[in-house]
Amino acid sequence: MSKEPSIIVAEHEASEGSFKSYLSGFVLSILLTLAAYLAVTHHSFTADRIVAVIVGLALCQFMVQMFFFLHLGKETKPRWKLFVLLFMIMIVLILVFGSIWIMNNLNYRMTPEQINTYMNNQGGGF
Amino acid sequence: MSEIANPPMSLDISNAEQAKDSKTLFGFWVYIMTDCVLFASLFATYAVLHHNTFGGPSGQTLFSLPNVLAETLILLTSSFTCGLGILSARARHKDKVIFWFLITLIMGIAFLFLELTEFRHLVVSGNSWHHSAFLSAFFTLVGTHGLHISVGLLWLAVLLGKIFGRGLSKNNLRQLTLFSIFWHFLDIIWIFIFTIVYLMGAVGK
Repeated sequence: MSKEPSIIVAEHEASEGSFKSYLSGFVLSILLTLAAYLAVTHHSFTADRIVAVIVGLALCQFMVQMFFFLHLGKETKPRWKLFVLLFMIMIVLILVFGSIWIMNNLNYRMTPEQINTYMNNQGGGF
Repeated sequence: MSEIANPPMSLDISNAEQAKDSKTLFGFWVYIMTDCVLFASLFATYAVLHHNTFGGPSGQTLFSLPNVLAETLILLTSSFTCGLGILSARARHKDKVIFWFLITLIMGIAFLFLELTEFRHLVVSGNSWHHSAFLSAFFTLVGTHGLHISVGLLWLAVLLGKIFGRGLSKNNLRQLTLFSIFWHFLDIIWIFIFTIVYLMGAVGK
């Protein structure tokens, strides 16, 4: 015999978060935001270290909100939402770091001095 | 016979409805993911162009961090009240739903007001999107997020009107769930704008 509808609904609702999960997500997010803000306003580290810290905090907050607000960890198999998310993250990483890599390289090669050196080395022309 | 057959049938209907709802939710989730790719291209543009200030001031002198922190906390709180609204909607408390989503709406408007004040301040002081590649990329990235917020607020206002007039229905509950996904997603995008544009801008990276 299958389950009663009310049981199914209750299970469905349990998988989509409770007051406790929203509250813990909210408190954690506020703490992470304030930590990142204080890391920047109190100049106690070098710039590179601050950047590493705040990017780490942002990634933590991304995971906190995905878990507590969007309830990603509670998805049952097959985890399609998770797979689409991972695919999106892959595309985003290729797009962002690929652009930065290519454009920095172009920039490096296209400054006037670099073009002159390049052309001289090539024997006066392309 | 029919009395025995009845409960499983109603169960099938509820299952079928749930399957339809979960398809809608999944479709919306895929839309959100493609929207992330749109934001990723704007982030990439900003990352490439943010040093090209054309002799103008950089983010370090332009951005007011306390103002941005206020925006961040307001958006975060609105995301939380949106979640509480969804919980009340599942418990079918119409008044609580209207209360929490009204707070979400007001906080969204406050966020948008602060953002537009910042934009106005930048434009009036001669640092509009015309000035440099850095500012074009900045206004496009942050403005696109602001546009999403405006659309979300319009959507929420319409939903609230429907709930206020006609009460909570199954359709409304599904639409509220979709809206909450959209709103949480905008909050997540804002974390990265806050970190990459404002905090890293203030550090001077």
